[in-house]
Amino acid sequence: MIENMVSMRRHQELPKILVQSTGGLLLLMFSVATTASNGFINPAGPIAEELRDHLIFIVMVMAVVIVPLFIALPWTLWRYRLRTKSGSYQPNWEFSWPLEILIWGLPAVIVVVLGWNLWHQSYELDPYKPLAAAEAPLEIQAIALDWKWVFIYPDQNVASVNEVMIVAGRPVRFRLTSGTVMQSFMIPRLGGQIYTMAGMETQMNLLASEPGQFRGLNTQYNGMGFANQKFITHAVSQADFDAWATKMSDSKPPLNQAAWALLAKPSVLAAPQSFGSVAEGLFTGVIAGFTGGHPHMKADGTDL
Amino acid sequence: MTVESSFSLLGTLTPQDISFVQTFENPVMSEFIDGAAGSVLVIGMIIVAALLTYYRGWKTLWFDWLTSVDHKKVGIMYIVVAFVMLARAIIEGVLMRYQQSIAVNDPGVLTPDHFGQLFSTHGSIMIFFMAMPFITGMINYIMPQQIGARDVSFPLLNAISLWLTAAGAALVMISLVVGKFSTGGWTAYPPYTGIEFSPGEGVDYWIWSISLTSIGSTLTGVNFATTIYKNRAPGMTLFRMPLFCWTSLCTSVLMIFAMAPLTIATLMLALDRYAGFHFFTNDLGGNMMNYANLFWLFGHPEVYILILPAFGVFSEVISTFSGKTIYGYKSLVVATMSIAVLSFTVWLHHFFTMGQGANVNAIFGIATMLIGVPTGVKVYDWLLTMVRGRIRLTTAMLFSIMFLVTFVIGGLTGVILANPPVDFAVHNSLFLVAHFHNMVIPGVLFGMIAGYQFWFPKAFGFRLAERWGKASFWCWSFGFYLTFMPLYVLGLMGAMRRTVEWFRPEYLGWLQASFVGALLLFSGFILLIVQLIVSVRQRDQRRVPAGDPWDGRSLEWSNSAPPPEYNFAVIPEVSGQDAFTRLKEQGKAYASPAAYDDIIVPKNSIVAPVIGVGAIALGFALVWHIWWLVALGFVTIWGAVIARSFVTETERVIPASEVRADHEAWLQQVRECATTPREQEDTSANVGRAEVLA
Repeated sequence: MIENMVSMRRHQELPKILVQSTGGLLLLMFSVATTASNGFINPAGPIAEELRDHLIFIVMVMAVVIVPLFIALPWTLWRYRLRTKSGSYQPNWEFSWPLEILIWGLPAVIVVVLGWNLWHQSYELDPYKPLAAAEAPLEIQAIALDWKWVFIYPDQNVASVNEVMIVAGRPVRFRLTSGTVMQSFMIPRLGGQIYTMAGMETQMNLLASEPGQFRGLNTQYNGMGFANQKFITHAVSQADFDAWATKMSDSKPPLNQAAWALLAKPSVLAAPQSFGSVAEGLFTGVIAGFTGGHPHMKADGTDL
Repeated sequence: MTVESSFSLLGTLTPQDISFVQTFENPVMSEFIDGAAGSVLVIGMIIVAALLTYYRGWKTLWFDWLTSVDHKKVGIMYIVVAFVMLARAIIEGVLMRYQQSIAVNDPGVLTPDHFGQLFSTHGSIMIFFMAMPFITGMINYIMPQQIGARDVSFPLLNAISLWLTAAGAALVMISLVVGKFSTGGWTAYPPYTGIEFSPGEGVDYWIWSISLTSIGSTLTGVNFATTIYKNRAPGMTLFRMPLFCWTSLCTSVLMIFAMAPLTIATLMLALDRYAGFHFFTNDLGGNMMNYANLFWLFGHPEVYILILPAFGVFSEVISTFSGKTIYGYKSLVVATMSIAVLSFTVWLHHFFTMGQGANVNAIFGIATMLIGVPTGVKVYDWLLTMVRGRIRLTTAMLFSIMFLVTFVIGGLTGVILANPPVDFAVHNSLFLVAHFHNMVIPGVLFGMIAGYQFWFPKAFGFRLAERWGKASFWCWSFGFYLTFMPLYVLGLMGAMRRTVEWFRPEYLGWLQASFVGALLLFSGFILLIVQLIVSVRQRDQRRVPAGDPWDGRSLEWSNSAPPPEYNFAVIPEVSGQDAFTRLKEQGKAYASPAAYDDIIVPKNSIVAPVIGVGAIALGFALVWHIWWLVALGFVTIWGAVIARSFVTETERVIPASEVRADHEAWLQQVRECATTPREQEDTSANVGRAEVLA
């Protein structure tokens, strides 16, 4: 193997071509996936962009151990095939220290590199971590129901269902819970996902760089309406956002207990809905309704 | 469905629960498919029964198979269960790929409920009733022969494990005809699977089928580990064992420790559903996060329970078909052990997205990547095993090579998923679905198919048809890539798993490609069946009575094909690794032993089938709240156990004279066989006596 590796070094062109073509193939796959894609591979915010870059970084690093196998395996099969008896035959050859060090050492080094990177990225991209920005984040409370998403804007005292308004260029801090089974909140072009669970709160900080519309969804199977549980994220300017909130306050009905009871029933909505005001403490009440803390109302809207 | 309301004779069961009645009352496509599946099952059973009657096979079936406690027969029955369940689950996979490929802005042919049952049964069957029985059967058949033992340590317990697994499989099959299965996926996460959100029998079918098989697997683990520790032939030290035995040992240890959390989790879920407990409910103190932890405390080691035996098979196949000892034996043992230990330290990576802090995620992420080190070592050890060998590309070898290539791609995506932030983006997506199929199809299924091709002549005395095996191989390989590479892309494009209908037109082409791939995979399965039929018909030209068709290296190749009930006429003395190769080199293979002794073998027993039938009745009755049958099933199971403890005559003796006559006759036959050079391995010249390779 060692002398063969030396002879291989003379033909360095071949591996280079293979690396380039493999990289090219990956890029092609990515670019095809990127076209008109709603995944993080076509990012619309800094978080999704980092996730994509990180994915590519891992692929490149891993290529160090994978590409040699793709080259050496066909070569071995060809050289040591029974039919021609061309390679040397040493049925008892079973060990070599240099190779041993190489095959343990190389993966170990790669894991150290990737592990170091992983540690920092985990902190850097922790969904709970507030995003650095000049402006304070927009706060939105999201409640997962069967099979819809309710978004409450506590500062604006309005609410929307199956669509969410955010401000382009301004961080948004989602506080999330579930009024039913466990679900998972995600806007793929903006970033990752986080579970929502009854009686518990999770958080997710996101940022849309430019105005636009992005699909959001629940990724955790929750029954018959699962496939339909999608929502639209509208990233708009601050002025448009304020105008929208004012319009909602002026023209839409309140999200009171009766409206909530209707929403809490399992259903697929034909169109997004909006509410001009929100019963006080609805979000914390939904959580407390499961925990027996200071319950405001149960998930189905009835008093305890 | 409350407990109080169901004290009738048939519990909660009504005529409307029979799938044919549903099809009749609601004749839509989805119900037709369900009804057709039920019909295939019922008609298939009638045909099997008719054939058994026609060929007068009932007696053979009962006395030679169902009541047998011979590890070889138990092993073969496990693999038969695996094949039957594979047939169902692979068709379900094709059906789901078809549904998704036509369901872009269109509801397709399956209702969401039917689709939910399909992905739940597909996953549960593939893991618990295809992969588990396959590896358990393979270990059962091969491992005792490789360590020079006559049976496992507890032969009856072995049969009971088989029957518990078969009972679980039977419950899943019954759910095809009577009632519905769970829609909660193979993981059955509460609170969705709690009584509040999933009333009805579906989740109960899941709970009881999984509980039965998980108890069976725990007992199997105990049995195998004890066998390897206590039953090795003289001189067969641990570090002389073939690698398949090492991986079997690691798998057994994992089974002992990892099945318990699953059994506990399913029983706790059952208490929630049946008795109003609140372990995993939303309110009154329940917490589903405990379920996720318990389930994956089992679920991650489970991946290695399945994959390590396959690693063992690859080690044997690659070494044998390279005509060379394994490269880095000790390295591979250390790597296998490291994987087994590390497998218990990574379970949290299945739910990085549950909201725990960055430090917890980072630690589990790094632990996960650490597993990549010993796995990478293994891959290169296998490659180096081929280097300086004489490689023959048989079907078993082709599957092993395709495994190496494909598995490293799965390893790459595994490292991607091990990274918590990136996992946030691809968790629950088709990228994840592609990843675990990328590990389990080449890693487990290809390994088991390779093992089946490799050891089939040992078990049945004739070689399988290589031509059909290779045709099947190409279908499996291209089918795999065509089915799952598009799923990676779809995952990156934001497509999520378990989705019955799509609203993104750009997914269409990828989904269609994936469906074509699924058809190829199905063709691969059909070709395996064709191979079996062709080989059985040509068995007289394919016989290998001398027992060593591949120039094998370990002890199982040193006896006849098929081997006698007692495996070894005389327990062999082992002096090093590759025990049989050593004997052949020293010219001691096929030498007449100095003396023969009486051999004690266990008698057949009806205890295991009785427990199996009792377990089916118990499970079915619990699903449908038929309380009298619950009591009857329970009493049957424990009654059989108690009755057995009064049986004193459990063994019989095969006299030395009989052993001598059989063995000497076989040795004479072998000595008359011409040796076969490796070039003629796949010709009728190969009667199972190998020419030493030079």
